[in-house]
Formats: sequence, structure tokens, C-alpha cells
Amino acid sequence: MRIILLLLGVLLSAPAWAQSPLLAPLGSQSFDEIRRGVEALAVSGDPRAGPVLDALQAGRLLVQPGGALFIRESSGNVVSAETDAPADASDLRPVRVNNGVRRAVDAAMGGLRLFAPDPATRADAAEAVFRSRDAAALPALDRAIAGEHDAGVRETMQQARAAAVLATSDATDADKLAAIAKLRARGDLDARAMLASLPDGSPAVATAAIEAVAHIDWALQLWGLAQGAFYGLSLGSVLLLAATGLAITFGVMGVINMAHGEMVMIGAYVTFMVQEVIRAQAPGLFGVSVLIAIPLAFLVSGALGVAIERGLIRFLYGRPLETLLATFGLSLVLQQAIRSIFGPSNREVGTPAWMSGAGRFGQLTLTYNRVAIIVFAVAVLFGLMAVLRFTPLGLRMRAVTQNRRMAAAMGIRTGGIDALTFGLGSGVAGMAGVALSQIDNVSPNLGQGYIIDSFMVVVFGGVGNLWGTALGALTLGVVNKFLEPVAGAVLGKIVVLVLLILFIQRRPRGMFPLKGRAVET
Amino acid sequence: MRDRIAAPATLLLVLGGALLLAALNLGTSPGSALHVPTYVVSLFGKYLCFAILALAVDLVWGFAGILSLGHAAFFALGGYAMGMYLMLQIAGRGQYGAVLPDFMVFLNWKSLPWYWYGFGQFPFAVVMAMLVPGLLALVFGWLAFRSRVTGVYLSIITQALTYALLLAFFRNDMGFGGNNGLTDFKEILGAPLSSDNTRVGLLLITAALLCALYLLARNLTRSRFGKVLIAVRDSESRTRFLGYRPESYKLVVWTLSAVMAGLGGALYVPQVGIINPGEFAPAGSIEAVIWVAVGGRGTLHGAILGAVLVNLAKTYFTGQLPELWLFALGGLFIAVTLFLPRGLMGLMPQARAPKPVDLSEEAPIPKEATP
Repeated sequence: MRIILLLLGVLLSAPAWAQSPLLAPLGSQSFDEIRRGVEALAVSGDPRAGPVLDALQAGRLLVQPGGALFIRESSGNVVSAETDAPADASDLRPVRVNNGVRRAVDAAMGGLRLFAPDPATRADAAEAVFRSRDAAALPALDRAIAGEHDAGVRETMQQARAAAVLATSDATDADKLAAIAKLRARGDLDARAMLASLPDGSPAVATAAIEAVAHIDWALQLWGLAQGAFYGLSLGSVLLLAATGLAITFGVMGVINMAHGEMVMIGAYVTFMVQEVIRAQAPGLFGVSVLIAIPLAFLVSGALGVAIERGLIRFLYGRPLETLLATFGLSLVLQQAIRSIFGPSNREVGTPAWMSGAGRFGQLTLTYNRVAIIVFAVAVLFGLMAVLRFTPLGLRMRAVTQNRRMAAAMGIRTGGIDALTFGLGSGVAGMAGVALSQIDNVSPNLGQGYIIDSFMVVVFGGVGNLWGTALGALTLGVVNKFLEPVAGAVLGKIVVLVLLILFIQRRPRGMFPLKGRAVET
Repeated sequence: MRDRIAAPATLLLVLGGALLLAALNLGTSPGSALHVPTYVVSLFGKYLCFAILALAVDLVWGFAGILSLGHAAFFALGGYAMGMYLMLQIAGRGQYGAVLPDFMVFLNWKSLPWYWYGFGQFPFAVVMAMLVPGLLALVFGWLAFRSRVTGVYLSIITQALTYALLLAFFRNDMGFGGNNGLTDFKEILGAPLSSDNTRVGLLLITAALLCALYLLARNLTRSRFGKVLIAVRDSESRTRFLGYRPESYKLVVWTLSAVMAGLGGALYVPQVGIINPGEFAPAGSIEAVIWVAVGGRGTLHGAILGAVLVNLAKTYFTGQLPELWLFALGGLFIAVTLFLPRGLMGLMPQARAPKPVDLSEEAPIPKEATP
């Protein structure tokens, strides 16, 4: 019945606005009549339908006792619904609505938006129809599909159409089977719910629906695994960033730097300062604030690292336990210094627009900041490998760590190289801080949360081996994230720690131990 | 020479100090100038518990070369054992007036979990305060020493151990009160915890236990066993080649040290009135190491002195200049490692403490080639 009315509306309405018989029913006293008026208006295709329905939805569509309609705009002015001209009308009351009318308005707004000029709006509207499974939207959908040029939006519309077809009782089996195939291809939880709750139909339809549900379940499981892998990769990349610097200072130089986490923390505070300056001086540059902060954080943390090496650590070479204690003391001092300067509370670090939001890939949700951090972690890792492998500085660093006295005999100033190596590791930690400022609270305690995990990664991967560090970080990240749904976040972490403790018992030198005499030191 | 006076001096200072405090608290009227308030008595009781922990750390670090960054875990486990006993003594007088501890009522539990059985008995709780840390240390040490995990690797996994325990005890469904821990204790062995007599008694017991453990550790380290231990510290491989099994020696002293720490924790809880997961924090363990370093690693009386002095300073700073405490503590770490490698005891003119060298840790390359 409703469909026929809608079709009638489509046929009759287009040129009818001038006489406004379409608008007249909205001023009626009868809910039924208002509802039909809304439905007719929805398919009229007139540009004025949008504002009128919008006003009705918001309770801003007013009626005079004579039946003339007015819209109260958000500014408070009253304009005629018919001509959009300002009107000085009195004795107004809102148009009556009940739930039936409200549903009709919602459906109508959805239908209207199917023809919006913006493809994203059209896709949203189709999605809304998909969720509501409103058979009344079928004619509008059919028209929209016929006129749609964007393939992606058309696909969504066809899915919506399939959902609507399945909701009607009088569709043929062939139509229903086609609709089931469409939903099966969509393959998300909504489609599954729809197929699982299908009303009883012919055996063929029922079998197809059950098969489709099974197929979707299987596909969803695969997607779930992929999503878990992404989360694990993301956590792994965070660990990798925090641990890469440590792989240099601990792994290559053998210095236990308990203040490593504070280097990360200082990098995050550099990001905060850069953003403060940009907010005050050049708000237009906010989008690149993070990119500006990366080299600055490297320089600040790196310079601090050089100072620490020259002022403290060089007196403690060969005494790893003392180094551990002294750098722990240093970490307390640095934390308190930052707390005294910036206060103990969290600092607000903004995310540039291009890093916020999320993209969908199939059934995967990929948040852009996480993707950016993964890319950044990989870039830092390879950059560091390149520095060690191809630059003169890297050559000297490797020479000094492999055979200090021979390197000194060849004319390398080992003290300076030590300082630069430590500065490099600290600078990398500072860059990690820039990335972490995007996903974690920037507070004086930021570094502490990562220090134990970072040491675990380096020890797990094998000291003195960047590939081991990378593999260790990713393994720990993925294992952690896959344990989380099974055991809960905290218990998962405990399990990982215990597994690591056991692992170190089996392989005291990590997954990729260095071979040769270096092992003895 | 000095070694001979160190032990009597330590015993005299600890016991005499505790008795003096007791006399000044109980024997004088509250208005008198000589009166020592009860909170000071408990404060010193707390310091002496920390001194027991320091003694335990020094025993493994100073004499076996094992730098534990997780000793507070054993201390806290002992504390939890005592806390569970004290918690069950509240029965019926908590906020909810239930037989179960308040937090279990809050979690809507109907009966005690199985691992709480027996903690109503004081002797059982005391045995558990030694047994649980001891067993954990035994298993952990057996795994670690057998596979020859040494040096910083061992330090880092001890830190991971206490970190894992910290996370675990934060969980509400572990059944140890979660974030809030165990508190609101009323009485111990029938004596109300708020009374002066109980507080003084606890201080005296702590002092006596500290002295007993000090003598035990002193005799142990001066025995044949202790000599081998020092050999393990200074050169583990060489000791092994001489036919000893370093892992067995380390395991014994490691487990003993954990039991000592557990006892310290068990005495700590009734005097402080609370035990919560914060005690497991890795920073706490590292602080215990610095007490030993300040006092003088490898000298047992130094560890006691360091623990008391650093904690006195902590009480002063956190009360008067809270901003500066972390600067002071951090500076202490740096200054001691750079300038006082043998701690305050190293300042004594005729100090004859064994020189703490870590040949096992150091690069085997000699500084100068000797022909």
C-alpha cells in the first residue's frame, strides 16, 4: 500500500510544487495525512524538500491555523516555507508529529540524501537504508542506483537494496537469493546479523542464508586475525621505537642506560614545546609540527646523551652494575627536573589532521596515527642501519665496539666516538618520544612505562643486533595483542613477562646471540 | 682491627637505640621534653625493617655479586602474608561487619579463596612470610643460575619479576585487595595496633630480629661458605674451574636472602599499617640497592647504616622539601657510584672491607699488558 502511494507520489509530484499541494498535507491535523505528505514530499525531488523536512525533524516547521507553513531559522527569523521570503506571521504552532511521522521523516531524509551531490553523503544515506532495512526506500533506491556513477556508492546502494528486499515478504525467491549473495559478499557483522535473523522462507533461501552466514563467520575470523596482527604490529612498532635507541647504547656499547626512558620523555616534551610555539606564532604550520619536532627532538636528546656520556658514563665503563645505578639516579633527576619545569600533570599534544582519523580496508580499521608510527619505526630502523653500515661515523662506531685498542691504534679518537654513539642512541630515543607523544600521555612518567619493555625487547632479540631488536619487538607486540583477548590486558602482559623470563633462561643471549669473543665481555 | 669492633658496635647501636626510644616513649609523660612520640617509634621500626631488606640485598650483592633489582618483591610478599593475617583479625569489625575482609564483600565474594585458608593463625602466617618468598626465590634462582644468567641480564629479569608481580597484585580478582591493598588493621595477637605498648614491642622485636639476622649473615659470610661466595663474586669462572659449583652457592644465599627480606616485610606491615602493590614497584627495589651502596657494599653493618641514613633523609626531604627529594636521591646515586664506590664505610680510615671488584662483570682485557 505504502509503496503504491510512493510510486504515485513519484509520478505526480515533480511539477506540482508551484501549487504546493505537496506542502499542504503537512499543515493538516491528521497524523496519517502528515505522514503521507512527508512520504510524497520525499520522492518529489524538489530542492525545497530538504529544508522543509529538516525543519520538521527539528520541530522548527510551524503552521498557521489557515494551513500556511513557515520555517523558524536557527537565527530565530521566521520565513515562509513556500517562498523562503521573510514573513511576519503570528499565531504559529509547530507541526504535529508522532512516532509514525518521525519515522517517515527519517526515512525521507535518508531517501533525499540518496540524491545528494556529495558521494560521501550518498554512501551514508545508503548505509542508513541498509541498517533500517526499510522496504519503503526501494523505489528511491532503484532510481538512485540507476543514476549512480560512483562504483563504490552504487555497491553500497545495492547492498542496501538487498537488505530492503530481504525485509519484504512478497519478493520472489530469485530476488532473495540474489540479495543473499550481495550480503554474503559484503561480509560484515551487520550482514551476518541480517542473514541470521532472516524470516522463514523457502528451503532454498534458508540454505543459502545458512551457507552465507557460515561463510561470513569464517571470513570475519580471518579479518579478526588480521586486525589483531595490525594491533600487534602497532604495539610492536612502539616497542621497536623505544628499543632501537637502547639497541645502540645497550646492544652496541654495552651501557645499561636506565635514563633511556627519560630521553624518550624529553623527546615528547620537545614536541609539546614545538606545538606551543607554533600555536602562538604560526598556527598555519600546525600540520607539520610533528615533522619539525622530529629533528629537534633528535638534537635535544642527542646533545643530552653526549653530555651524559662525557659527564658520567665514561667514568664507569667496565662497571655495568654501577652504570645501571648511576643512570637510574640520573633518570630520577631528569624526571623531577621536567616535573619542576612543566608541572606533574599531563601536557596536551595535538595530532595533526593528516594523522587523525581512520581508514577502512575490507573489514580492517586502520587508525592513521598508528599507521604513521609503524612507517616511522621502520624508517628509523633502516635509517639507523644505514648510518651504521654506510657512513664513516658508523664505520668508526663498529670499529670501536669490535676492538677498541686496535681502533685507537688506527687513529680513531675512541672517546669522541663513544660520546657520539651514545648521543645517536639517545637521539633515536628522542625521536621515539615524538611518536609516543601522539598516542600516550605526555607526563614526566612517560619514559618509565617503556623502559622495562625496551630492555626486554633488546635482551629477547639478542644484544648488538638491530634485526634481532626488530624481530623481538614485533614478536612481543603481536604475542601481547593476541594474548589480550584470551587473558585480559594485564594478565596478558604478565604472561608475556613470565614467558620472557623463562626464555632468557633457555637462551641467555637472546634469539640472535653475537658469536665470538664479544660474548665474553 | 676495625672488623672486630664493627659487630659489637652495630649490635649496641641497634639494640641500644631501640631500647632508648622505648624508654623515652613509655617512661616519660607526653608533656616532657624528653618524650618521644609514638609515630617516631614506628618510624624507626620502619627504618629497621628497611635495614633488614638492605641486609638481604647486601648479602647477595655484596658477597655473591648478584645485583637484584627485585628484592622488594620478596619484602612485599612477606608483607602480604602478614597483612592477610592482620586482615582476618579484623573479622566482624570492618565497614560491612562481615567475617570476610571488606574488599571481598565489596567484590561480592561469598567465602574466602583457598589461598587465604590458614592465615587466621599467626604461626602459619609467619611461616608463609618466609616460605612464599623463599620458594619463589628458589624456583627463580634455580632457573636463572643453572642456565648461567649473570650480570645485568639477571638484574633486568629480577626487575621484570617484580614488575610482573606489581601488575598481578593490582588486579582485583587476585584476591589481595587490588589497588588499595590490605589496610585498616586492628590488632596483632590480641594486642591493639594503635596502642603505644604494641608499637614499642614491635620496634623491639624488629631490632632483635635485625641483630639476629645480622649475626647470622656475618657468621655465614665469614665461614668457609662465605669465602667461596666471595670467590664466586670476584671470579665465577675461576671458582667453577677450581671444582666448586657456583650456582649451588648462589642459590643458597639467594634463597636465604629472600627469606630475610620476607621477614622484614612481615614486620613492616603492622608498623606501617598498610601493604599495597606499590611496594612491588621496581623503583623501590632499586632504592634498596642504593641504601646498600651508600652504606658500603660488602659490609653488613654498612648496609644497615645506609638504610637508616637514607630513609632518615627521605623522611626529612619528603616532609620539608618534597620538590628536592628526587634530586637528592638521584644525586646520591650518581655521587656514590662516581666518588664513593665503597660507600660511607669506605671513608673509614682503617677500612678493611673486602674490595668489591666484579671480575665476572668486567671486561677480561687487562688494562696494561703484563709481560
